[in-house]
Amino acid sequence: MSKVAYVRKEMLQVRKPPVSQAGFLGWLKKNLFYSIGSSLATLLTVAVIGWLLYGLLKWLAVPTWAAQSLSDCRSIIAELARGENNAGACWGVIRDRGIQLTFGFYPPEHFWRPILAFTFLLPALAPILFAEKVPGRLIWFSALYPFLMPWLLWGGSVWVPLGVIAGFAVGYLGFRISNGLNTLFRIAICLIAALAWWIYAKEHLDTVMSSVGTIDLTPVKSRNFGGFMLSLTIGVVAIGSSLPLGILLALGRQSDLVLIKVLCVGFIEIIRGVPLITLLFVASTLLNIFLPPGTEFDIIMRVIIMATLFASAYMAEVIRGGLAALPRGQYEAAEALGLDYWKAQRLIIMPQALKVSIPGIVSTFIALFKDTTLVSVIGLLDPLGLTTAIRANQEWAGIVWELYGFIALLFMIVTFSMSRFSMYLERKLHRDH
Amino acid sequence: MTTRASPPRERFRISQLIYDTRYRSYTIQVFALFMFAAFVGWLVNNTLQNLSNAGKDLDFGFLFSTAGYEINQRLVSYGPDSSHLRASIVGLLNTLLVALLGCVMATVIGTFVGILRLSKNWLIARLMGLYVEMFRNVPLLLWILLTMAVLTELLPSPREFRGESATASMMLNDTSAITNRGVYVPLPQFSRGLDKALDGSLGLNPNALAILFVLGAGLYVSQRIKLRADRIQSKSGERPVTWFWRTGVIVVPVLVLFFAFGFHLEYPELKGFNFIGGLRFRNSLIALWLALSLYTAAFIGEVVRSGIMAVPKGQIEGAEALGLRPARIMRSVILPQALRVIIPPVISQYLSLTKNTSLAIAVGYMDITGTLGGITMNQTGRELECVLLLMLVYLAISLTVSAGMNVYNARVNLVER
Repeated sequence: MSKVAYVRKEMLQVRKPPVSQAGFLGWLKKNLFYSIGSSLATLLTVAVIGWLLYGLLKWLAVPTWAAQSLSDCRSIIAELARGENNAGACWGVIRDRGIQLTFGFYPPEHFWRPILAFTFLLPALAPILFAEKVPGRLIWFSALYPFLMPWLLWGGSVWVPLGVIAGFAVGYLGFRISNGLNTLFRIAICLIAALAWWIYAKEHLDTVMSSVGTIDLTPVKSRNFGGFMLSLTIGVVAIGSSLPLGILLALGRQSDLVLIKVLCVGFIEIIRGVPLITLLFVASTLLNIFLPPGTEFDIIMRVIIMATLFASAYMAEVIRGGLAALPRGQYEAAEALGLDYWKAQRLIIMPQALKVSIPGIVSTFIALFKDTTLVSVIGLLDPLGLTTAIRANQEWAGIVWELYGFIALLFMIVTFSMSRFSMYLERKLHRDH
Repeated sequence: MTTRASPPRERFRISQLIYDTRYRSYTIQVFALFMFAAFVGWLVNNTLQNLSNAGKDLDFGFLFSTAGYEINQRLVSYGPDSSHLRASIVGLLNTLLVALLGCVMATVIGTFVGILRLSKNWLIARLMGLYVEMFRNVPLLLWILLTMAVLTELLPSPREFRGESATASMMLNDTSAITNRGVYVPLPQFSRGLDKALDGSLGLNPNALAILFVLGAGLYVSQRIKLRADRIQSKSGERPVTWFWRTGVIVVPVLVLFFAFGFHLEYPELKGFNFIGGLRFRNSLIALWLALSLYTAAFIGEVVRSGIMAVPKGQIEGAEALGLRPARIMRSVILPQALRVIIPPVISQYLSLTKNTSLAIAVGYMDITGTLGGITMNQTGRELECVLLLMLVYLAISLTVSAGMNVYNARVNLVER
């Protein structure tokens, strides 16, 4: 006889966890009802959200899409006979003016051009944003895009953007040919060659090449730009041009050359110290005073210039942060390899610094994109500027929520996806290091 | 044996200015200075030429001529024969007022949002996340216009307070009214105030100045009492009870002053189609204030959240191991460490809020952009002077705040071993 009183010979059946600990109920208990206070807060929140959602849905779900005017809407809603609180959205205004809010006064037969231009933005950005997921050769398309987009939006002869591109090629050629000279000389030669080409091309290229054949897009005047498209145009152009400018400013701010540093710091701090609206005042009233007599930029170009300067100061600070995040050893290693300043920046410093600053760049872009609505203050017809114009019509006088809601939705879609993307990048960069 | 001669002194050659890194930086800087001077000269030249073409000159004398327009909200006296300079000062004070109110409100809401976003309650954390995303992803100008629309469209008009079947009623024991033309609250008045004696020769409200002065003096004395208590405590180990002294020296003199000035409240009254009397907060101020603070609170909430998350978990566990209660942990362990991370970005949010007050022009709030950069500019046609002054004012505010922030940063910087 064994002395051991009891030995279990077979495994026990695994028992299910208690209902209150696992599954949906367990989740509820853990996350929503873990204490008396929490339960009360949850119930209260649910009640408030439910009440708000009910009111909102009731307001949203009204058959007013076909209405021709606000009074039309009111009569349709009154027919629903919902009793006391018979408020409802007037969707007719979106049907009537939604296109205008999106495209402004762009000629409808050319709508494909802005659509194409902004669709191409995605493949153009892909090599920069999703570097490892797309073929590297797409970078050539990114290089082409800054010329393609204005041509599509503003139209004109295809030889204009091609001439500008050729100028870069000529400059590069000059740089290659002068191989063996001092770098400063080579850069000077490159600049002179390109400038000479551009001056020549501006006068003659179009006439010469037109005899060969050309693709002309109907020119569209800047004053026809409006609505959400205007915001996108200003945002994309300003951010695109502010990136190189911001890199230069950031480098200048880090420079050992005292004078350059002072100039860059002064520029950055002045721009960052004033609100965008004062810079827009400069664009609308002063820019033509600063330029030689007789120079006429149209207002949208002026706004884009000022928005670019504005964004470049913020961009410079973002990139400076990226530069500061690099370990000192990277600079020293580049020097130890015997690279000169520009080679070190191009090959060692910038690729790393820019990668770190991408989330910051994206949020600068979001901020600038939202700030484009300020152009309505100086009288441009961006979506907010258009709401005033729409309300000035007799049919839609007094309409508020539908228009603002629609505009908010447009902005929300763009900025929300960008901020999600920035979060994705942050996570990815976090893993990389 | 020959001694080695010292190396021949190198003669300076012109080409060293380009090839020798020791001298090249000077070449570049001189070149840059030259280009910059040429650029500025070009701008100035263009400006002068354009101005003379337009028959204008650069002259700030217009600031002292009569403005003659109405400003509907003013913190200092301003009349129809005040100068443009006075109008700009009124505008500047309005800017600072809404910026200050906005910063306070945004901090309060932002702190709540940031802490609640870390709540263990899933629903509340998500709700706060929704709030942050909603406000961050929609332009501020749209929020300001929307808030203004909410105030003017959804609140009852003064007419609805009228008659037997009034659909709206005054609040707080019939002393305040919220209407679509503004919020009316009782106005503190002084029947025997200093302003009667001085009859407005100062230009500022002497009552407010006197009260502020007494309040400041009270705070100073209270601080001295605290320091004295600190000294006694560090000497003897026992802290004298001073709270009644400390509140007393602040409250009692102010109350005495109130009584001496004949303090009473002036209540708003419904007369005709509008409320008369009392203190009226215009919709433009409230809309701007609410929208700015809700918008900035979304950003501050994120800052607060990241600041709290930046405190290592071990700190909290350590505090728990010491037996501190959750509220005490928050107050004595988490917040002091989180604040170090939180305050610099919060101050830069304050700065951007201050700059964003310039959007006041969209709802007709008369801030400095509305006075100096708006009506004054349009009346006098002096765009260059007005915009330059406007930028200078904002720049001065920004630089002052960032200088303050730098001082603070230097003070709280961790002293590392």
